[in-house]
Amino acid sequence: MDLKEIIKPENLVYKRTECLTDKTLSYCPGCGHGTVHRLVMETVDELGIQSDVIGVASVGCSVLAYDFMDIDMTQSPHGRATAVATGIKRCWPDKFVFTYQGDGDLAAIGTGETIHACNRGENITIIFINNGIYGMTGGQMAPTTLLGMKSSTTPYGREVELMGNPIKITELVAQLAGTYFVSRQSVHTPGNVRKAKKAIKTAFENQKLKKGLSLVEIVSNCNSGWKMTPVESNKWMEENMFPFYPLGDIKVEGQLVQK
Amino acid sequence: MAKLKGAVVVDVERCKGCELCIVTCPQKVLANKAAKVNSKGYHYVYMENPDDCTGCTNCAVVCPDGVLTVYRIKI
Amino acid sequence: MGELKLMKGNEAIAEAAIRAGADAYFGYPITPQSEVMEYLAAQQPHKRTGMVLLQAESEIAAINMVYGAASTGKKTMTSSSSPGISLKMEGISYLAGAELPALIVNVVRGGPGLGTIQPSQSDYFQATKGGGHGDYRLLVLAPASVQEMSDFVKLGFELAFKYRNPVMILSDGIIGQMMEKVELFDPIPRKTEINEPWALTGKSSDRKKRVVTSLDLDPYGNEKHNHELQRKYKEMEENEVRFEEIDCSDAEYLMVAYGSSARICQKAIKLARLKGIKVGLLRPITLFPFPTKQLYSYTNRIKGILSVELNTGQMIEDIRLAVNGKLPVEHFGRCGGVVHSPEEVLAAFEKIIMK
Ligand SMILES: Cc1ncc(C[n+]2csc(CCOP(=O)(O)OP(=O)(O)O)c2C)c(N)n1
Ligand code: SF4
Ligand code: SF4
Ligand code: SF4
Repeated sequence: MDLKEIIKPENLVYKRTECLTDKTLSYCPGCGHGTVHRLVMETVDELGIQSDVIGVASVGCSVLAYDFMDIDMTQSPHGRATAVATGIKRCWPDKFVFTYQGDGDLAAIGTGETIHACNRGENITIIFINNGIYGMTGGQMAPTTLLGMKSSTTPYGREVELMGNPIKITELVAQLAGTYFVSRQSVHTPGNVRKAKKAIKTAFENQKLKKGLSLVEIVSNCNSGWKMTPVESNKWMEENMFPFYPLGDIKVEGQLVQK
Repeated sequence: MAKLKGAVVVDVERCKGCELCIVTCPQKVLANKAAKVNSKGYHYVYMENPDDCTGCTNCAVVCPDGVLTVYRIKI
Repeated sequence: MGELKLMKGNEAIAEAAIRAGADAYFGYPITPQSEVMEYLAAQQPHKRTGMVLLQAESEIAAINMVYGAASTGKKTMTSSSSPGISLKMEGISYLAGAELPALIVNVVRGGPGLGTIQPSQSDYFQATKGGGHGDYRLLVLAPASVQEMSDFVKLGFELAFKYRNPVMILSDGIIGQMMEKVELFDPIPRKTEINEPWALTGKSSDRKKRVVTSLDLDPYGNEKHNHELQRKYKEMEENEVRFEEIDCSDAEYLMVAYGSSARICQKAIKLARLKGIKVGLLRPITLFPFPTKQLYSYTNRIKGILSVELNTGQMIEDIRLAVNGKLPVEHFGRCGGVVHSPEEVLAAFEKIIMK
């Protein structure tokens, strides 16, 4: 059968959402940031909230997220995205406000802002990309770097005696009264992408309820920082990251999920 | 039984040749082994075995760069 | 005539914020300015005008909340004192870089470090030379009375929006804590519509998306942006210089002082006149832009200038730049907390300038 007969508008089953701009993403080949950008914009598209959403880009590889998302956005100082989002949301309580942050941004320099925004129960959505490393600055140790994991500042692997432990900030904020929905997902297989999408959609829809903060962590690859091919990095992520950062919902409708 | 037939359109200039779609495709439809590269120098993806595509969208769903558009019909 | 009240300077700031139609205040407690947020909390501004009031977890969080709120085109402010302002400097630099209007009040206390909780003017450099990283300026207003604490909140918001630039009210513990009669301006309703073409209101289908950022990875783009900022600062220098001259018309000498120190000097020049010394007082009201031209105009009229500051000599550098070597300019001041008396100022003046 000729492909031309299939490629017709009425047979379309998947296309890139128009809430993304035409710009080519600045990310490395295979980087999960791109997939998560798309899921967030698909969510905005499907909920029909493009005119009511304001995004906050943070400092990290995704600093230029505002170039790729076709929505009103601002760009926050390193670590301060949830404070910036708080300012926006308090002024526009009926708009959908989200932050898009890496693990260095959210769980190191921005820990204070993260915890307090979560604890106050700001009605915002946090999209948190955990790739276990500082991607943008060249692969240094992040607070989330696994024990034994190599980075440019832990060239012999992270040692607990010298560099302390990796932090599970997502479990931590799930304990706080102000969080309403907390989930950890990944985007490395079609099934995981679909689950992540569902979680992100829930996290945005929750803003209408005004019951607190929703956070979705995406355990993601940084193949440049990890010095692997994209395919290898996804495999490494499954074998090494998921045992320490297990996937699934952690808090739903304000209740911790019993495991 | 109705059979699904799919087709994938590649936005060649967007493709970064990361191969995530290739390993994801259950039908082994996609490849990027040709010598051709796009203007950025990436070996872009193409349908090597178009007849096997079922239009399941898995490739497009994992593609970080929004390169792939998928069409499907029932025959 | 507006409503008359006896108020503390800090309370006047807070009352003026509500009356100026401010949309949001974000703060963190620190002496000697905690009354600003306390007064606001007691007033329940969300009930009076719908104004947002939030005590943040730190000055860093507070200034970034200001950044977020300001990016929506709303009238936003914060207040703090010296150590807290240091923490806010990163955010202030981002506000300047992203060209966002906001009002920042610094009720200065003595430093460096934790320093003292007593009043001081030791943050002059920080306020007028940018303070954070990058080539930027704040428009700096220096109130010398409780009345001006109130008036400058309204003026500060106007200037912040006129220039899309953060404005700082540089006060100190004396003006913040003292009680004076103040005539309050009539309340201005909060804005109901946001018409700023840069404000984040949500991308409606009839317009392009808006981005508030200070980032430009292209060095040429960043240079262009910097030149644009400098053009704006030049415009402020052309249009916004404010100062007050007291007994200057026949003066043979000048004292230059701002804020609380200017009040002390006002008495000092009176004492001088009683002794037959013709000295006037020039009080800069805007510290950036600085009354450079006005000071230069004195160069062929007077014999010398004493810069009187509650610090070890900061504004003196701007005065020296202004008179460009044509006049002797010296400094006198105590370090804050320890405040110079008018007699002390006069004695120093006679010793240093008239010697
Ligand atoms: C105040 C400040 N400190 C340090 C930096 C440098 N810096 C830029 S990005 C970054 C780390 C980002 O890592 P992460 O949040 O994990 O995001 P990723 O790049 O991995 O996506 C750092 C330290 C900065 N921009 N600002
Ligand atoms: S450095 Fe890592 S996180 Fe950054 S774009 Fe490349 S792969 Fe992604
Ligand atoms: S996943 Fe996307 S970018 Fe990667 S090779 Fe396939 S089409 Fe190209
Ligand atoms: S649509 Fe499904 S079958 Fe077709 S190429 Fe993509 S993954 Fe393979």
